Amino acid sequence: MSATKNNSSLTKALRGLTWARLQRAMRLGLRSLWLHRLRSLLTVLGIVFGVCSVIAMLAIGEGASYEAQEQIKSLGSQNIIIRSVKPPDDQKVSNQGSRVLQYGVTYMDARRITTTIPGVTVMLPARNIRDYVWNISRRVDCELVGTVPWYPTMRNHRVASGRFFTENDMAGQSSVCVLGAEMVPLLFPLESPVGKHVRVGGSYYQVIGIMEARGHDTKTDDAAAPKDKPTAYRMFVPLETVKMRYGEVLMRRRSGSFEAERVELHELTVKVASLEAVTGVADAIKTVMERNHKKKDYQIDVPLEMLRRAERTKQIFNIVLGSIAAISLLVGGIGIMNIMLASVTERTREIGIRRALGARRRDIIVQFLVETVMLSGIGGLLGVLLGVTIPFIVSHTAGMKTIITLWSPLLAFSISALVGVIFGIYPAIRAANMDPVEALRHE
Amino acid sequence: MSSPIVKFDTVRKTYQMGPVTVEALRGVSFDIAAGDYVSIMGPSGCGKSTLLNLLGCLDRPSAGHYLLGGQDVSGMDDDALSSVRGARLGFIFQSYNLIQQLTVVENIEIPLYYQDRPEAECRELACKLAKRVGLEHRLDHKPFELSGGQQQRVAIARALVNDPLVILADEPTGNLDSSSGVEIMKIFDELHAQGKTLILVTHDPSVGKRAHRTIRLRDGHLESDVRHEK
Repeated sequence: MSATKNNSSLTKALRGLTWARLQRAMRLGLRSLWLHRLRSLLTVLGIVFGVCSVIAMLAIGEGASYEAQEQIKSLGSQNIIIRSVKPPDDQKVSNQGSRVLQYGVTYMDARRITTTIPGVTVMLPARNIRDYVWNISRRVDCELVGTVPWYPTMRNHRVASGRFFTENDMAGQSSVCVLGAEMVPLLFPLESPVGKHVRVGGSYYQVIGIMEARGHDTKTDDAAAPKDKPTAYRMFVPLETVKMRYGEVLMRRRSGSFEAERVELHELTVKVASLEAVTGVADAIKTVMERNHKKKDYQIDVPLEMLRRAERTKQIFNIVLGSIAAISLLVGGIGIMNIMLASVTERTREIGIRRALGARRRDIIVQFLVETVMLSGIGGLLGVLLGVTIPFIVSHTAGMKTIITLWSPLLAFSISALVGVIFGIYPAIRAANMDPVEALRHE
Repeated sequence: MSSPIVKFDTVRKTYQMGPVTVEALRGVSFDIAAGDYVSIMGPSGCGKSTLLNLLGCLDRPSAGHYLLGGQDVSGMDDDALSSVRGARLGFIFQSYNLIQQLTVVENIEIPLYYQDRPEAECRELACKLAKRVGLEHRLDHKPFELSGGQQQRVAIARALVNDPLVILADEPTGNLDSSSGVEIMKIFDELHAQGKTLILVTHDPSVGKRAHRTIRLRDGHLESDVRHEK
């Protein structure tokens, strides 16, 4: 019976609410909150931190996943990348003797994939060689990428200035190169490198273009490749030129031992005709490669799958974040309810006076409910301000990218106001259901 | 004499205190005419407070009828009773019962607040009444900055602000020193002279005697109803 009474008085309270009345109730509530400033502030801290952490974490998470997704997308979502990997068990053998080690993706593999698997449109072979690039006395430890003219279009990596090499450069095995943007300031700090020459080993290459900067390329692009810094510096040279200059066998001297390896292709990018076919083609390539390689001396990366994985990770992240937010807002709400119950008891006499002077139950409900909602609303507002500031500070100090989506502060704020309503109803009803006579007698 | 403004017709009030039923009022009947000045007296436990609560529409009689200004309020629901309290009754309490965080003028406004009157009108009326009880210089003071007599005057202004049918006072001088008490009683006399209907609950005979009529209660019954000739 009392429950139905509560319900009816609550609905009545909301029905009889005029704007003027609400305004007055809000003014009254603000004053009462201001009267107990410290208490109000402490009460609301739970909501403040809840809202603030949601917005800040969402912004940081969103920024991180955006960066990751951009990097994966830059690999091309229709591409499948096969990389040569040095098989781990062979490493020991190579240290013992100086025999030529052969592994990795071969030209044969490339031919097999194009001929046997339908849906493959373009192939992009690449040979990566570590070497020093010189401009007179300046030196950069860099990765020479021997590749084909359609590299920029397939890898979504545009040329910033100058041009990429052409079929003619390939056919003529000409000594031209395109520099990665990252290494330009190191080699040519003062002038534009286009048209100048750089030296690698004993031969000179003319710089014909500069690629766009790729941000933190190494993070995802070369997840399995050597993680040393030099991979960030890349120089693109026609594949035929690399073949001519370096041959098939690479010699390297490292800490006294002699190392020779024979790798035909370091990287093979396959472009699939349509997005839907990517998974199928990837499986087919896996089968082809497994059949022809006894050892696992290759690695297949499918950017599309990586993208999907990243999206799933983000979803899980959001769920975890959502539950943390829900818990902190729940805790904040309970704190608010606790204080409001105490406040109702403390103000029993005031309630009695107001009731005696003509306040209906609904007036008391509105008074306390408005006060609670304002309390949590102010908390939400503070939380939003703090939550917007923190990502800003993080991105400026830690250099992390943060993205504040419009909906996250809106959502966090409205949830905090909702928390005020939910946890304010019970104390308000309790206040309204007091017997005026008893309340007036209360000391 | 005109029709009574308060009419009690064999009003009973029983309370259930656990297993015990307490009869606070056992059939009380009386009429109070408009402009009357009545004191209700009796020893403690005689049902004075119960009677006051019923008169003030803070409680409903268990049996019998209570007509306030010709309207039967004994069967009204909570909301209707609240409206009656706000529009037709003025309360003055022993312990003033001002809201501590509100200023003098805001305290006076409270009954109007719940009747949805325009704010400017409320403020104007409240200021007028503050002036009437001699507090026009204290409008923005908080209750704790005032003396007891001043606080009680605020309460009187608050009881007058809605132009009530009946003013109910519960031991209005109980917490005051004698000179403040005399001052308050003087205001009551003035109000009576202006034709207000006053009901005073007290156990102080000197206060009771100032009224023109005294109703005495004993054990929930009406013991006597005496009109003083002045």
